[in-house]
Amino acid sequence: MNLDIAAAIGRSTLSWIQITGRSGVFLFIALFQAFCRPYRISRLIKEIEFIGSKSFLIVFVTALFTGMVLGLQGYHTLTQFGAQALLGSAVALSIIRELGPVLCALMVTGRAGSAIAAQIGIMKITDQFPALEMMAISPVKYVISPKIIAGIISLPLLTAFFDLVGIVGGYLVGVQLLGVNQGVYFSKMISAVTFADIYGGLIKSLCFGLLISWISCFMGFSARATTEGVSRATTQTVVVTSLSILVVDYILTSLLL
Amino acid sequence: MYMHPDHVCQSRPGTHSCVVPWGIIVDTPEPLRYLCPMIHVENLVKTYGSIVACSNLNCRFEEKKVTVILGGSGSGKSTLLRQVTGLEKPDSGSVFFDGVDLTRATRKTVYEKRKKMGMLFQGSALFNYLDIYENIAFPLREHTRIADSVIKNIVTMKLEMVGLRGTEHLMPSQLSGGMMKRVGLARAIVMDPKVIFYDEPTSGLDPISTGVIGKLIKDLNTKLGVTSVVVSHDIASSFNIADKIIILYYGDIIAQGTVEQIQNSTDERVVQFITGSPEGPIAFTRSDTSYIDALLTDNDQKT
Repeated sequence: MNLDIAAAIGRSTLSWIQITGRSGVFLFIALFQAFCRPYRISRLIKEIEFIGSKSFLIVFVTALFTGMVLGLQGYHTLTQFGAQALLGSAVALSIIRELGPVLCALMVTGRAGSAIAAQIGIMKITDQFPALEMMAISPVKYVISPKIIAGIISLPLLTAFFDLVGIVGGYLVGVQLLGVNQGVYFSKMISAVTFADIYGGLIKSLCFGLLISWISCFMGFSARATTEGVSRATTQTVVVTSLSILVVDYILTSLLL
Repeated sequence: MYMHPDHVCQSRPGTHSCVVPWGIIVDTPEPLRYLCPMIHVENLVKTYGSIVACSNLNCRFEEKKVTVILGGSGSGKSTLLRQVTGLEKPDSGSVFFDGVDLTRATRKTVYEKRKKMGMLFQGSALFNYLDIYENIAFPLREHTRIADSVIKNIVTMKLEMVGLRGTEHLMPSQLSGGMMKRVGLARAIVMDPKVIFYDEPTSGLDPISTGVIGKLIKDLNTKLGVTSVVVSHDIASSFNIADKIIILYYGDIIAQGTVEQIQNSTDERVVQFITGSPEGPIAFTRSDTSYIDALLTDNDQKT
């Protein structure tokens, strides 16, 4: 019985190491090919549109309501200590340091990450990758590399947008609804937020962008060539990417503090 | 120097010598390409775990001829095609395409050779995010700097060849299976390849679409001099289009020759295959264990 458990643990550990190694090689090849000629700028722009532009609405709504909830919660908590003047800095720091990068990445994972895995999986089961190969076009260079680079470019931009909208959400509730002084709200925010906070947030979003596009592409690319395989890859993409974002967020936060 | 076109050329890459059937080695200043088969498969072995998909295969696909690879499901036809096109590496053996061993060539060389190949996939493999026009124009946009107006003319010409002019702005999802195969064929020939590979071109098609595809394959061969390699299990259409037929049976070549030679074959396996008889040496089931044993084993396991 104990041996069975040990064998099962050993098998899953070996499998995990194998998958990690394969995904690492996959990322290396995709990044390497991205910087080899011919550069596929039009493909990259299309992918930025898919991952970035088309996520604007969902990021906008998430950011607005996150900022509003922070404004509401922050006001009631700070009022207990007579420190409602700090509402601006509390909202801004929460969003810029943590909530902006993490929530934005989770939203993009749900919208774009799952779609990327499904798209690549469907391309695989419908023989579109061998078709590209037969046309002397590398599927990794044509399909995967632009998606990974687009993820790295899009996430910081979306996060900056999230931060801005979130702060506006906090302002609407704190200043317009609950009556915090507008000048105090912004002056405290400006004095509290440093360049390191913004820089740290953007570093996180860069890493999350890479994680989302890398895991989504790898899951789609290594999906079993069946409809069940694609469905499984799509689900796994959302689960694995979301968990990875939270784990990497902790690691990055501990390094950046 | 005159040599009979049936003489077998066995020159290897880098050498300029030919061995004709009676064993005479002929040294030449240039490789005698016109005597060599377009594609030459030597001792090809491919296994998937315990399943032997190709068992030491040797065959040739002659230039400007239609060669049909026949065989039942799981006989290794598509596997052979994937090895020949370089989509998969064999466990051992060689595939010479145009004088180059694809199994040992660099990726760049394989891609250069692939520019001379076209392939029609079983499921057509059209890009579902592009319309028909863009699907066919895709290889031209990727590999040439041809002006859009010229690309438009080429796409129109290819669509006319497959009888689908006017469908340019439809999406693949709006087409029937037969139409998708014809669009796939238009895309396969858009770069004017020297060799076209067809993976089950008539599977799942109605008799008329099957006839249309068969005629297209033959027309491309006779009018444009394209070498064709067709993987199929459709006996009737294969006999109509083939110059040479290779019959595979669980990874082995059991017969090869002209249509007449195959039709007149006395090999029981060939006869059973081309007549579609359920009785014969080719068993319907692949299992090595007996049916009764399997039933009893299952019952034991359940109890």
